[in-house]
Amino acid sequence: MSDDLIVILTGAACAIACAIPGCFLVLRGISLIGDAISHAVLPGIVIAFLITNSLSAWPVVIGASAVGLLTVFLIETLTRTRRVKEDASIAVVFPALFALGVLLLVQYADYRDLDPDCVLHGEILHAPLMTIELFGATLSRPLFVLTIAAAVNLVFALVFFKELKLSTFDAGLAAASGFSPILLHYLLTGVVSLTTVASFESVGAILVVAFLIVPAATAYLLTDRLGPMLVLAMAVGSTAAYLGFELAVALDASVAGSMTVAMGGLFLLVWLAAPREGVLGRFLRNRRRKERFALALVIEHLVREPTAAPDLAPALRWPEQRITELVATLTTRGHIAENAGVLVATKAGSEFVSDVVD
Amino acid sequence: MSETLLTVLAGAMVLGLSAGALGCFAVLRRHSLLGDALAHAALPGVCLAFLLGSWAGFDPKHPLLLAGGALCTAWIGTLLILGITRTTRLKQDAAIGIVLSVFFGAGMVLLTIVQGMGNAQQAGLDKFLFGQAAALTRNDVIVMSAFAAVVLGALLVFYRPFKLLVFDAEHAASLGIRVKRYEVLLVTLMVVAVVLGLRTVGVVLMAAMLVTPAAAARQWTDRLGLMIALAGGFGMAAGAAGAWISALEARIPTGPIIVLSATALLLISLLVSPRRGLLWAWVRRRRNRRRVRVENLLKDFWRLAERDNGYGRPRALSDVMAVRGAVSRAVDDAESTGFIRKAGTQLQLTDKGLMRAARVVRNHRIWEAYLSNRLDLADDHLHRDAEDMEHVLDDEVIEQIDAALGHPAKDPHGRPIPRGAPA
Amino acid sequence: MSTVLEYHDLTVAYHTRPVLWDVDLSLPDGKLVAIVGPNGAGKSTLLKATLDLVPLSSGYVRVFGTHYDKARGRVAYVPQRESVDWDFPSTVLDVVMMGRYGKLGWFRRPSAEDRAAALDALKKVGMNSYADRQISRLSGGQQQRTFLARALVQDADLYLMDEPFAGVDAVTERTIIAILHELRDAGRTVVCVHHDLQTVPEYFDWVVLLNMRLIAAGPIEEVFTTEHLNHTYGGRLAILESAATSLLRRNRGART
Repeated sequence: MSDDLIVILTGAACAIACAIPGCFLVLRGISLIGDAISHAVLPGIVIAFLITNSLSAWPVVIGASAVGLLTVFLIETLTRTRRVKEDASIAVVFPALFALGVLLLVQYADYRDLDPDCVLHGEILHAPLMTIELFGATLSRPLFVLTIAAAVNLVFALVFFKELKLSTFDAGLAAASGFSPILLHYLLTGVVSLTTVASFESVGAILVVAFLIVPAATAYLLTDRLGPMLVLAMAVGSTAAYLGFELAVALDASVAGSMTVAMGGLFLLVWLAAPREGVLGRFLRNRRRKERFALALVIEHLVREPTAAPDLAPALRWPEQRITELVATLTTRGHIAENAGVLVATKAGSEFVSDVVD
Repeated sequence: MSETLLTVLAGAMVLGLSAGALGCFAVLRRHSLLGDALAHAALPGVCLAFLLGSWAGFDPKHPLLLAGGALCTAWIGTLLILGITRTTRLKQDAAIGIVLSVFFGAGMVLLTIVQGMGNAQQAGLDKFLFGQAAALTRNDVIVMSAFAAVVLGALLVFYRPFKLLVFDAEHAASLGIRVKRYEVLLVTLMVVAVVLGLRTVGVVLMAAMLVTPAAAARQWTDRLGLMIALAGGFGMAAGAAGAWISALEARIPTGPIIVLSATALLLISLLVSPRRGLLWAWVRRRRNRRRVRVENLLKDFWRLAERDNGYGRPRALSDVMAVRGAVSRAVDDAESTGFIRKAGTQLQLTDKGLMRAARVVRNHRIWEAYLSNRLDLADDHLHRDAEDMEHVLDDEVIEQIDAALGHPAKDPHGRPIPRGAPA
Repeated sequence: MSTVLEYHDLTVAYHTRPVLWDVDLSLPDGKLVAIVGPNGAGKSTLLKATLDLVPLSSGYVRVFGTHYDKARGRVAYVPQRESVDWDFPSTVLDVVMMGRYGKLGWFRRPSAEDRAAALDALKKVGMNSYADRQISRLSGGQQQRTFLARALVQDADLYLMDEPFAGVDAVTERTIIAILHELRDAGRTVVCVHHDLQTVPEYFDWVVLLNMRLIAAGPIEEVFTTEHLNHTYGGRLAILESAATSLLRRNRGART
């Protein structure tokens, strides 16, 4: 496998792994807790490294993820004192933990051969170079780790699909049905923590939040079903990984950053042009709705009071030009007809009106 | 004190002051994470300014130039957050997250282009991630001070409309105040503060500089003016502590220490602030429990006295305990507060104890009368409710109820309602 | 006639604000019960306390003679429409199927049987042609009917509903009340927080008058009187409320 492909696949694996919990973060309105966790796991990573002397041992993943859960716990506890509101709690807790992490990092960086840059923003270009031996084959470690993470997250989403769906949509019914919302909250944020830690080698702690949120938000604007939203988020994320790589090569710039920019670009595109939810789509839909309404009004008037064509404009007090257009459209569609010199609504026309009004 | 230390100290304190003061508005309006978003969004602006500057022949590292760039993109970011929230079904948290991360990614891309290297491993980015206070020059501090003066000046001048904006935006609008304008001004000031902070504490920690001192100040006061002053003070203190501590040893970065100092101030404030301090709440709860125990003991004395009309008579501990149950802890407390005295091997109510006992029993029975009379509560309910309430009702309320009920002589169970200590 | 719900000495407070105080209440089965009272009277809170969704400051609740945990399968809950985000990517059928999740428990997936039950319930409320419609494109009445179907699909013995008639059109209202009467006739118990005094005598058998504490409860003919209504809506009990707040503040260690 070429080095380029490995880098792209690593990025895609990261995007897929992140998209899954990311969708639920967006739907629950806690995207910024994802931001907080991704920054706050830093001290966990550093401490775990200092203990195990390696950035890739599984204890690192578990230990650092525990700090992610600790973050959520601290935020909840601080909020529960009622002396600090939730948004402020987030803004207080994660920088404090991040500061702690940076402190430890800088203290021991040279001493223990831990590269600050690598921890903070990863280096996905090195993915092909960080190899491990497994079952006789040489694999890229970041790619391997992220593929496992993606698989784990997929299983997580499949196994807990209905529980996540219910607790996100209606926490009250979830609790009443016996699915503890708190448990699910910690389960979800636990998965976010694990995913963040798995990603830091390639994408870095800072940009993980993009992979978590942006493709999920994009997918949210494209579909009305949860399953497809998850799939789309994964697809958008992987596409952005590929496009981002190409962009980085072209500009000779940061790969992770370019992938993020690509995600932003895709989001922008969808935001503007998505058929139903996009800005353009809404604008067109609004115009269409106004048009239909105007047509319906004309038919309605003719139902109550059949009028001759020339008398219609003054009767409705609308411009002559507009009436002519509307009448033409309605006639073509068979919603009105001429009968003994006056215009009347047809059956199809009445049905159209009730359709519009519904 | 070295020149460097003085510079860093000054810079950190200036930042702490302005960010702390300004942050009060973000915290009170529940926009705490806006500062985080603005800080991330500023990065591409800085890089673009650098690129454009060097292309146009200016000094590309001039702080005003960079600040201007930061301001532009931070502003665009704010507009995008607003736009996304208004035109899609995405909520504000997702909009902030999108802008924050994408802009930062763009910033990283630009930065690597700037450095002419193909990857993110350059010292330049680190400066923005956690600041490089040590590299502040005198010029930097002068510019920072000028900006800070503008921020604080604006806070002073526009204090009234800002205050209204925070507490009741609708009311402000109805008064004819251009709410939008002041919102714009407030966000602009925050962007300025953020730009100040980028060099000192970096992108990630900036959110805390705005929020933590303000959250700490909130624990001490309800008044906006005082809160702003305190927040500014805490910010300055944190800045000073950060600068000083990090100067002690070579390998301590300033930014993180400033943030940790501010966090420490918050924790202390949470615990010991006079009104809302968690420590005092705990102390008060304990004191309350103790008082309830003592008053229940005094009531037991009274009940015994009602049976044989001996209000000042000494009682054996076992007799008192027979009324309700365990009282041992309460006895010591009652003694030390002067409600009970030892009379040989027995215990006796003092005059003070008699008065208090009378009052508690009165509260209990008047409350029962109220519940029974006014609220139609069933008889078996009254006692439990009154058991709690008797310790809490103040004299004014009791007299009010007493008057409203027509000065009843007996409670719903037929027991006499005391008027005061028996003669 | 047996007791389906029993509340004893129930007190619920949100931090230092008393919401329900010393409520003693027994509700018999097989009745259509309205819970009525002014805003903030604790009506929704009573339902939530029944479902173990809020912590109790004192007292207890018995559902079918036992704790809610053990009676869960026999109780269906219809929350207020506003308590849910209708922008959630889901269809009407999806939402109705959620009613079956409680019976499935953790991890098990909905089966064809669950799906059939959901479609059945939709038919009953007249929404089967909307099964695939996204929930954000529903009117208020359609949302309410979806919620009702979600409750029906649970085949419960006790239905707790929070303002099921709020903001719905006349047709929907008639549909809903017809279904509730059917349930009652089949021996189920239905308890609704209801906002419209006018329709109480027409729709319901029993009424519970609540204003932080219980004013009265019983058959409409006996309890739904002008005197009781005056007591219920006659303003807040300043003394009780301030005393209760004082107590709660003291217990929390707040400075008083």
